[in-house]
Amino acid sequence: MPELGRAALVAALGLILYAALVGGYAAFRGRRRLLDSATNALFAAFAATGVASLVLLAALAGRDFSFEYVARSTSQELPTGYTLAAFWSGQEGSLLLWLLVLTGFASVAVALNRRLVREVLPWTVPIVAGVAVFFAFLLVVIASPFDTQAAPADGAGMNPSLQNPYMIAHPPMLYLGYVGLTIPFVFAMAALASRRIDERWIVATRRWTLAAWTFLGFGVLLGAKWAYEEVGWGGWYAWDPVENAALMPWLVATAFLHSVMVQEKKDMLRVWNVILVAGTFALSLFGTFLTRSGVISSIHSFTQSSIGPFFLGFIAVVAAFSIVLILSRLSLLRSRTRLESLVSREAAFLYNNLFLVALALTILWGVVFPLVSEAVRGVAVSVGAPYYDFFAIVFGLPLVLLMGIGPVVAWRRASLRSVGAQLTGPAVVALVVGVALLVAGAGSSPAGLVGYTFAAFVLTTIVLEFVRGTRARKAIGTGGWWPAFAGLVGRNRRRYGGYVVHAAIVILLVGAIGIGGFSTTQKARLAPGESMDVGDYRLLYTGAQEQRGANAQEVRAQLDVYRGDERIGTTEAGKNRYLAEEQTSNEVGIRTDWLRGEDLFVIADRFYGDGSVELKVIVNPLVNLIWLAGLVFVLGAVVAMWPDAREQRRLAARFAGEGAVARA
Amino acid sequence: MEIAALVLGALLTVLCVAYVARPLLRPARSREDALATPSPDAQARLRRLEERDRALAALKELEFDHRTGKISDEDYAALVGPLRREAGEALRALEHEERPEREREEADVSG
Repeated sequence: MPELGRAALVAALGLILYAALVGGYAAFRGRRRLLDSATNALFAAFAATGVASLVLLAALAGRDFSFEYVARSTSQELPTGYTLAAFWSGQEGSLLLWLLVLTGFASVAVALNRRLVREVLPWTVPIVAGVAVFFAFLLVVIASPFDTQAAPADGAGMNPSLQNPYMIAHPPMLYLGYVGLTIPFVFAMAALASRRIDERWIVATRRWTLAAWTFLGFGVLLGAKWAYEEVGWGGWYAWDPVENAALMPWLVATAFLHSVMVQEKKDMLRVWNVILVAGTFALSLFGTFLTRSGVISSIHSFTQSSIGPFFLGFIAVVAAFSIVLILSRLSLLRSRTRLESLVSREAAFLYNNLFLVALALTILWGVVFPLVSEAVRGVAVSVGAPYYDFFAIVFGLPLVLLMGIGPVVAWRRASLRSVGAQLTGPAVVALVVGVALLVAGAGSSPAGLVGYTFAAFVLTTIVLEFVRGTRARKAIGTGGWWPAFAGLVGRNRRRYGGYVVHAAIVILLVGAIGIGGFSTTQKARLAPGESMDVGDYRLLYTGAQEQRGANAQEVRAQLDVYRGDERIGTTEAGKNRYLAEEQTSNEVGIRTDWLRGEDLFVIADRFYGDGSVELKVIVNPLVNLIWLAGLVFVLGAVVAMWPDAREQRRLAARFAGEGAVARA
Repeated sequence: MEIAALVLGALLTVLCVAYVARPLLRPARSREDALATPSPDAQARLRRLEERDRALAALKELEFDHRTGKISDEDYAALVGPLRREAGEALRALEHEERPEREREEADVSG
């Protein structure tokens, strides 16, 4: 039914155009009925996009190769899970997903805040529709997933690298993040356009921002897990441009999540906050552009296409619109409060913002420099890991330190003596850990040693925060330790959820230093019956096995794994030859020791005719802490964004006079 | 198949148009059709409410951090005074604003 899909997309484009133009007129002239009509058009556009998505899903499920998109992305033998995931594996499908999520998120955000949108922020609907017009236009005019052809007997199949369970979850998670960051941008711009820069746009988008930021962060980690298992070089993050594309908006959104607290508590940084929101959204678009345009070479980019100039044009429009709007409202945005002291919580947030934005801009420069160099000088250059590693250390380590210092500094101003007294305990613990690690031989990586010392410092301050808070609540008679702890977290969800997220970052740091600074690698060519030693492990190659998989011919080197003289298990590594796709992929063997948190990582580089195999074996210490950090990160984010009934009541009372309450 | 798609497409379009047009089918009374624009007084009141909430939240946080031992007695003494003053000023401004309103309401009831 490609005709239905096409019709639904054309209807969606028409509805979104209507919402943008009529909604804009209604907001400008103050017409309620027209604004309601434009809002309905936005909801209807979501329904129409949903119909188009169902048509594409049905075509994928039925392997209808008369759809060019289906024939290009799937094959008869491709397992069903990957066949359905082909929805977002190609350009047209992923653009459709963008539009579906955008119209869906926008509809929910507007429906939840209908009175606020109607009475306070009428520009919300036309601005979000303006963003959606771009994607609907691309889908209708440039990159339709509903182009048809005479159906071939079989499809071309899916890129083997994409045939991994993490690739089913990773792209939608990233899109939920990228698109979710549209909502705070839209509400912020609507607040400026409507000249209503009180706190309501922040309250209305607080959870959207947190949720989108969580999706994006978790999506980056899922991508890292995919790269670790599928790309098979033994690392987890390679500063690849597409990986960086998701990291940059996440870093700027992290800065915003901190600086918006300064606005809420001190009524400062209003201009800075709208700049961060606009910057985050522009970087989200830039991330999609990098992934989808094919202008850069990346292990995550599977598309060469002509939509690049459109994306660049749209990013320029978004930037120009934001700059003009912010400049025209500068007098409204100017804060009346000033920074009272350089030793204060707000100052700590400001330092944190400077480091986060500096890191994001440094990464941005690393990503665009090859493009600029090629365009200006005609010379293709690449920016390698040493550049990024250097700046990650220069800006990252102070950020880690600030995670420990910031929470113990009072708002407004604090005496150095008081701050020093709070930090003495954690500093002593950090020093002891550092010396112990040095004695244990961790001095081989000085940056790693400093990182671990800082990690110990931050973890100690976090634990102390929980202990002191629980003790104080218990002292005011809230019952036992557990009720006191639950009450502490329940009454201060953002603060303590934030500390859990900080703990996740520290756990990730410990894992990243483990794999980056202390891994061991060995290479060897083994004949059946021969063995090799790596770290504490010995691997005995027992031979190669071939078998037919679901859609590939598989060959695996069989290995017995010993620690000392004890046989602790087996592992296998090899290659898959995909038949429809006519491509070969590396299938690594990973044996996890959960107690140590380390992986034995085996790559079978080459199989020889005489039965021997060339192996690369890596011991990655503490790498599993990186994945654990992902779970802790989500836990902390959920705690921070969990609704607080008391806060809702307080906000309802505050805004009762005007009727329009922001739904946080 | 093509006809079914066309019929479904047409149905989708009709439903969307009807849904979008629904608010416009309401009778147009100019007062009801105008979007609310807040008076400068209402905006000023909202600003004062935000100031009150900000000051009270800061006081509450300061008290808690002092109780946990995170803020020294010396820092607490320096910070609590200005914060109480700010909260008091915000509350007094709101009370001052509400008093004539309340007096007017009471006069209406007694009259």
